[in-house]
Amino acid sequence: MKNIDSNSHLRGESIYLDDVPLVAGTLFAAAFGSPHAHGKILNLDLSEAEKMPGVARIFTYKDVPGENQIGGIVPDEPLLAEHHVHFQGMPVALVVAESVEEAKMAMKKIKIDIEPLPIITDPRVAREKGELIVPPRTFKIGDVDAAWSQCAHIVEGTADTNGQEHLYIETQGAYTFPLENGSIRIISSTQGPTAVQRHAAICLGIPMHMLEVDVTRLGGGFGGKEDQASMWAILCALATYHLKRPVKYSLDRMEDMRMTGKRNPYSSDFKIGLDKDLNIIAYESTYHQNAGAAADLSPAVLERTLFHSTNSYFVPNVKATAYSCRTNLPPNTAFRGFGGPQGMFVIEAAIHKAAETIGVPAWEIQSRNLIKTGDEFPFGQIAESEAKECWVVANQIFEPEKIEKEIKAFNAENVLFKKGMSFMPICFGISFTKTPMNQARALVHVYTDGSVGVSTGAVEMGQGVNTKMLQVATQIFSIHPNRVKIHTTNTFRIANTSPSAASATADLNGKAVEIACNAILDRLKTITAEKFSVSETEVSIDNEEVLIKGSPVGYNWSQLIQDGYLKRIALSEHGHYAPPGLHYDAKIEKGHPFAYHVFGTAITEVTVDCLRGTYLVNSVKIVHDFGTSMNTAIDRGQIEGGLVQGIGWMTLEEIVYDENGRLRSNALSTYKVPDIYSVPKEIDIKFLKTEKDNMAILKSKAVGEPPLMYGIGTYFALRNAIKAYRPDAEMEYATPMTPERVLMGLVGKKQEKVTV
Amino acid sequence: MSILGASNNLILIRFILNKKEIQTALPPGTLLLDFIRYHQHQMGTKIGCREGDCGACSVLVGDFKNKNLHYQSATSCLTALGNVHGKHVISIEGLNMAELNLAQQAMKDESATQCGFCTPGFVVSLSGFCLTEQEPTEENVLAAISGNICRCTGYKSIEKAAGTVCKSLENRGNESPIDFAIRKNYLPQYLTEIPARLLALKQNLNGALQPKTAKPKFLGGGTDLYVQQHETMHHEDIDFLFDQSDLKGIVQKGDICEIGAASTVTDMLESPVFQAYFPNLKQIGKLVSSEPIRNIATIAGNIINASPIGDLSIFFLALDAKIHLKNGNEKRMVPLRSLYLGYKNLDRLPEEIVEKISFKLPDEQSKINFEKVCKRTHLDIASVNSALFVELEENKILNAGLSAGGVGPVPLFLPKSSAFLSGKTVSIELLEELLELIQTEISPISDVRGTETYKRTLLHQLVKAHFSVMFKELDVKQLMNLSL
Repeated sequence: MKNIDSNSHLRGESIYLDDVPLVAGTLFAAAFGSPHAHGKILNLDLSEAEKMPGVARIFTYKDVPGENQIGGIVPDEPLLAEHHVHFQGMPVALVVAESVEEAKMAMKKIKIDIEPLPIITDPRVAREKGELIVPPRTFKIGDVDAAWSQCAHIVEGTADTNGQEHLYIETQGAYTFPLENGSIRIISSTQGPTAVQRHAAICLGIPMHMLEVDVTRLGGGFGGKEDQASMWAILCALATYHLKRPVKYSLDRMEDMRMTGKRNPYSSDFKIGLDKDLNIIAYESTYHQNAGAAADLSPAVLERTLFHSTNSYFVPNVKATAYSCRTNLPPNTAFRGFGGPQGMFVIEAAIHKAAETIGVPAWEIQSRNLIKTGDEFPFGQIAESEAKECWVVANQIFEPEKIEKEIKAFNAENVLFKKGMSFMPICFGISFTKTPMNQARALVHVYTDGSVGVSTGAVEMGQGVNTKMLQVATQIFSIHPNRVKIHTTNTFRIANTSPSAASATADLNGKAVEIACNAILDRLKTITAEKFSVSETEVSIDNEEVLIKGSPVGYNWSQLIQDGYLKRIALSEHGHYAPPGLHYDAKIEKGHPFAYHVFGTAITEVTVDCLRGTYLVNSVKIVHDFGTSMNTAIDRGQIEGGLVQGIGWMTLEEIVYDENGRLRSNALSTYKVPDIYSVPKEIDIKFLKTEKDNMAILKSKAVGEPPLMYGIGTYFALRNAIKAYRPDAEMEYATPMTPERVLMGLVGKKQEKVTV
Repeated sequence: MSILGASNNLILIRFILNKKEIQTALPPGTLLLDFIRYHQHQMGTKIGCREGDCGACSVLVGDFKNKNLHYQSATSCLTALGNVHGKHVISIEGLNMAELNLAQQAMKDESATQCGFCTPGFVVSLSGFCLTEQEPTEENVLAAISGNICRCTGYKSIEKAAGTVCKSLENRGNESPIDFAIRKNYLPQYLTEIPARLLALKQNLNGALQPKTAKPKFLGGGTDLYVQQHETMHHEDIDFLFDQSDLKGIVQKGDICEIGAASTVTDMLESPVFQAYFPNLKQIGKLVSSEPIRNIATIAGNIINASPIGDLSIFFLALDAKIHLKNGNEKRMVPLRSLYLGYKNLDRLPEEIVEKISFKLPDEQSKINFEKVCKRTHLDIASVNSALFVELEENKILNAGLSAGGVGPVPLFLPKSSAFLSGKTVSIELLEELLELIQTEISPISDVRGTETYKRTLLHQLVKAHFSVMFKELDVKQLMNLSL
């Protein structure tokens, strides 16, 4: 089935935040962000700004009626700065005016005196100074200290990954409306409607039931609108609360880039030990996560780094420690992969460095150490693995030995160009690692005309979750897709939602839809059984036709629903789902946090222009563990999109802050995401259909985040190509692999730190 | 969004938006994007970046060219209303039919839409491709969507959809693109009525837009001014140069080529003169921005903007182009090589505009090569760019012009290095000496486009690239081994 929004998207008729028809009396907001990355506010002078034309009011922390706090995991982030500022762009005041232009003109008249305080941008420096967001955490298995003595090869090093700007094409924003008796309706471009509702309630000091958060769809999220959307929604709600007027704020691109957090950069140390047969015996890693100025989701991101510290490999002795370091950058946050990619990059770097040191191709180490069913992850969960299957099938289909041979021949013949290849196996755990978040609800109404309305906690942001929800309802009722409408995500219809994140949205909400639909179906079967004097098990529906013992009886869905209404059965159901068997004990760092894992293998081939330092990705060939895909078109799109986003992170997307904490890559002209020319010439995806029982919706495994990590393969393929030109190139394991980094490797120079 | 105040200017801006005739008294500097979204309430045209870098706001602009209506894509976020005066503008709403149009159906079939926010822009660009005279080749159709950024799909599905669109145009023969597209029901019928309606509208334009004051702001395509000064441009008193007929046209006069200042990059790439004299023009052109920007960015704008990494400045510096300035009837000529005095400081009075750019066309013994490296090869600003022009006699260089961008406060002509090459015979040794000399003529700084060391290294490499491209006889290994 095609994405159910295809037609309206293609006709430009889908409605995003900024497309909502304006209500008369709407005011427009603009946030005044701190011009300094760290300091004490000595004076904030709004007098001139307040006199500017069109200004309705300017709000500061003093106007927050409830608690001035939006921190989700740790209460360390004010809605509006009080006495200190902790990053450039930290909201200090909110200007509300009759027009966007007037709000922005007034904002320029705000005067602020800040006494500067020392600025930290480097997570290692933050750790030295004791600036930690939460206490460090360590995952352990075996006895790593004792294991080194068994190793024939021990390799140590550092590995750094830069951040990544989400660059959803639709920027952040919200539009709030006063309802009667102090209630507020919030339209928000958020992945977490409940997060918006909960924190708006805290800030406004009113109960959650007075806040209706409604989300139609997002023009991209990628994690960037999980917690980071709350700020803008609550600021608008604050203005509506006081002014009793609709208030809208759709951030412009530079505001969005400057004021919102990104993927956490990491600076990590590794030590890996292998025996003479290339089995990884021991692995020790230390991660310094650059959390930015507040916790946001960083502690959870940190946890997932640890959960994925060994990627797709079984290592018997592991010690992995992670520090969440407070710096003076915007609070960094969720981004597709959620810390997993950062952790996986480090062990891949360790393996590649070990391979170079030992003098074997990295894939020999990779293939030898893939995790098997029954192996234990460092956090205690026993693997149900498809790692080997993916690897083997990839080898069968794509014949990497042949590719390798061709590359060797090409490199022998060519001086100006060199090719490189790499393998990238992935293993990604599906579930929120905070176990209580693994729950979802769905509200299904069957109307008397036979049409069906479905509401869930899932937010549609391009991942096709609404299409999958519709498929579930359609399949269970066995009715035509046109009968089913997926409604907006709304906190008055579905309460206490978990954000659309962790790749788990379709699983959790889909199961809730399944439960709700089945409950209604059971009641419908009961009245049908009574009507035809048969048992319920002899009743079924096939393509809108009611069947008795498998045969049509001239009775269809429409008639059945009419009868259901007349017989006064409930044609609505609220389904609740919580996946069983999940548990985790953070005190001992052991448990069974994931419903299942997703596996895959990517083989990447690149060509480097050794004169110019530019490159292209020739091909990425993937075998991916889909389970039994319920929508191959959507799932393929997720793999292609995730892969390219991962390649972007590893290659051309470069976030640059200067030493004052000012973002220099602050626009699309200075921060480059992949365009149509820079993506792999060929992406070949083979669906590994795996039949093992898993907890995925209709056995169709989660597909949102895992493919991003295939992009890591491009980094190592590029390294290999550079090495083919200059075998003695001394390159740090640091990303992104920009043309600058490539050229420095090719000419045998050390890459200088990018500071401006 | 604001309801912008009406201007006092008596001349109303008139154009056709999709089917609808527009007449507005808004300031002519108002952006087309804001007009479509917030004044016409047509919300399919999206805002992604407001600097021409994402294509979510793409529209098609049609105007007569040799009596035929000719459509080009443009980013409405950088297009002033004054620049569509008397033209036809098509937004996504103007491409919708009862059923999906060709591009829409192709994208649906390939599942080429995910979050949908960039989608209308792609549909506009692909539909625009159906309306152009360009050959339906894969290369051309990809160029048509080269200015559109998608963050969800990874582009492969879009690429396939573009392929389908392309294939559907293969049997067009000599039929006009518009007639063909409508006959095949690829695009809506009303487009056939536009030429007549637009002609009628043009008769009643009530003259060209005139600035109100003696010191107006000059505006070409707007691709730079609306990025640099987006908050103030809307209200400026503007002298619109883009459509002034005396600033248009690329002609050959003897061995001199004259380029009207308001010619766009696309005009240059499509010009028969350029195509005849620069065989590698297409490759060079593809490195300059994206198609919708090339369609509206003027050559004079690129030069006068004085960006230290302006692609065309670098190209024309190597060719020793002359800039012809005028202030009313007063005219003077400044060699491009002496136009740039310092960072954004030009030998040009505020009242002066560029009338034309001229240069001597290369003869058969001449070669020019342009190199550019940026983080992303396309639709990006160079870390370093460079051009080398040489007049040759056998393998002896008679005259040379070497320029480089991103390595100083202005687009640099390298006089010493250029002079050094004159009279020399091409050899690895010559290149080696040249490479040392260029380093003495540049002063790059570290910024978001690269560290100083990188820029020095990169120019070193790009000059080697010039030699490697131009002088195939040189030993590549030796060339590669020349290190900084």
